[in-house]
Amino acid sequence: MSELVVTGLRAGVEGKEILRGVDLTVSSGQVHAVMGPNGSGKSTLAHVIMGGPGYEVYGGSVTLDGVELLEMPTWQRAQAGLFLAMQYPTEVPGVSLDDAMAAALAPQGRAPAEVAGLVAAEAVRVGVSPALLARPLNVDLSGGEKKRNETLQLAVLAPKIAVLDEIDSGLDVDALKAVSQRVELITNEVGLGVLVITHYSRLLRELRPDVVSVLRKGRIVASGGPELAEELESTGYAGYDEGSPAA
Amino acid sequence: MAGRPAPAARATKDLFLTTFTPDAAATLGGPDWFRARRLAAAERFSAGSLPDATEEIWRYSRISELDLDAYRPALGAPDEAAPPGSLTEVTGERAALVVVHNGRPTRIEVDPALAAKGLVVADAGDLPDGDDMLGLTPVADAFTELNTAFLPGATVVRIPRGMVVEQPIVIVHHLDGDGIASFARTVVVAGENSDATVIEHQSSSDVVAFSDPVVELDVGDAARLRYLNVQDLGPRVFQVGYQSSRVGRDATLQSSVVALGGDYARVRTDSRIDGKGGTSYLTAVYFADGSRMHDFRTIQDHIAPKTTSDLLFKGAVSDTARSVYSGLIRIGKEARGTNAFQTNRNLVLSEGAGAESVPNLEIETNDVICSHASAVGPIDDEQRYYLESRGIPPEVAERLIVLGFFGEVLDRLPASDAVTGLRAALVRRLAERASGAGPA
Repeated sequence: MSELVVTGLRAGVEGKEILRGVDLTVSSGQVHAVMGPNGSGKSTLAHVIMGGPGYEVYGGSVTLDGVELLEMPTWQRAQAGLFLAMQYPTEVPGVSLDDAMAAALAPQGRAPAEVAGLVAAEAVRVGVSPALLARPLNVDLSGGEKKRNETLQLAVLAPKIAVLDEIDSGLDVDALKAVSQRVELITNEVGLGVLVITHYSRLLRELRPDVVSVLRKGRIVASGGPELAEELESTGYAGYDEGSPAA
Repeated sequence: MAGRPAPAARATKDLFLTTFTPDAAATLGGPDWFRARRLAAAERFSAGSLPDATEEIWRYSRISELDLDAYRPALGAPDEAAPPGSLTEVTGERAALVVVHNGRPTRIEVDPALAAKGLVVADAGDLPDGDDMLGLTPVADAFTELNTAFLPGATVVRIPRGMVVEQPIVIVHHLDGDGIASFARTVVVAGENSDATVIEHQSSSDVVAFSDPVVELDVGDAARLRYLNVQDLGPRVFQVGYQSSRVGRDATLQSSVVALGGDYARVRTDSRIDGKGGTSYLTAVYFADGSRMHDFRTIQDHIAPKTTSDLLFKGAVSDTARSVYSGLIRIGKEARGTNAFQTNRNLVLSEGAGAESVPNLEIETNDVICSHASAVGPIDDEQRYYLESRGIPPEVAERLIVLGFFGEVLDRLPASDAVTGLRAALVRRLAERASGAGPA
């Protein structure tokens, strides 16, 4: 049983505070959706948890199973069991998915051949063409291919907690289904904990959340069950203006 | 010039001369034409002066640090030249092998079947037309003259008209004399409609040495020549090299340099495309660590119409290393319908390292397609972050990104055992500097 606990997290960019005290918890086997309009700080939250370049932390903590992540470099956070599926996966010219996965799992003593086998098997499950595995990471991939590729890596790396940053944005129906079904299966089978960050509730019909939180202007302003996502779909975010932080 | 010593002065024990004078040049042996050619070059060299960094093509260079008097020309007696065991490792399958020791070809082997069909791999001094072979190279500067003046020998590769040589012709250079100046010459003449690959590998012991290698590639009409030069010299070698090529009608040259070593290692590459429809592909990968400096000057010289050149030079510098790339595309009045491209990209891996990139164009005609691009910068933070977010340690992420950056060029090199070893050599070199990697 793993637990990612975000407490009083304050962070931003170039001295400008974007997250103004965020509290949330994600546990193994749980899907926790954070929804919010553009500019609410959703992507900042994802990258601050992962330790992205350019983000500054002003206060609070992020722990995984009681261990403070904010003091670790990104790669150690990943080795500790955290994964971030990026909204805009970076193109890395000349570095193949196979090589990257082999390098990521080498610290755990896994042989490259074993990793290549995992990658190939997972590619079939999430519908990534085998031809893409030897290609440079994310270079010249369509939006859907990139998100499938992120999901493939999630499955291969088998983290304890995965943060999915707008993995649904720009996806066609088939890719959305493939991605969310695969994540859901991993959640059910091996107890992955998922923090899913999204603007739209469309994804949440495929990847059913246990908890939905609303992020607005850097704070969680409401939290509830799946019904909250449906409510947002009809009413929008306008009802969650400043000054009414929910419990 | 008076005072020329008798030919009997060919050295036996006393291998080193003391100065770079015509008298000194005249003590080298060989046929009369060779000695006359050396002497004439030595006299021209003596009458001139060394270039300095005020000349544009020497700007940013370390030429001012060169003290020629600190070196002695190497004569390398033929019988002392057992090649180091490691040299044979890089050779693999080949159509011919030449071992060049301190500038002198000391061992030449050619596939007998190819030799019977006319493939020539020989020391210029042993060829009836050796003088013509040495005369093919234009004089770039004083160092071309110095090379000619003190050549102990020269490797000539001549591929006869129409011959396809499947395996590479491998030329292995090694320097091992402390304080020596080495003058090597390679001349490749690819006959009409021939097809061949020539791979040169330069290495040295950890000695203080000066190296002034000159390469001439003459690609005949409709011929295809692939040329690769791997420079893995020791950290105290000062190199001023020149690679010149002429590309004939409908011919294709693919010329590549991989530079890993040296203290200061300069290569000037001039490619003259003087036959209509000729194509010259020029590529380089260079990785400089420690305090070394790599210095590349290129000239893509379009003389004939409908010619093409495409240059891609990619480098990385780390620690306090430096690099210079300066390139000129010159399109002459007759070179209508020409395509010329030039790209230089540099990764700066440490704060103390630096790279210069200076592209230039000189176009004297219309109806050309021409472009150049250059970039100098650190590893992209987002690329590093992406890999690290997968759990890849920073030094490994950096190594993957640098190898990926070089991959575009490495993938274009002629396939051979030498190239297979290059990725491993780069990985080793990048791993050695891993402790210098920045924080995550």
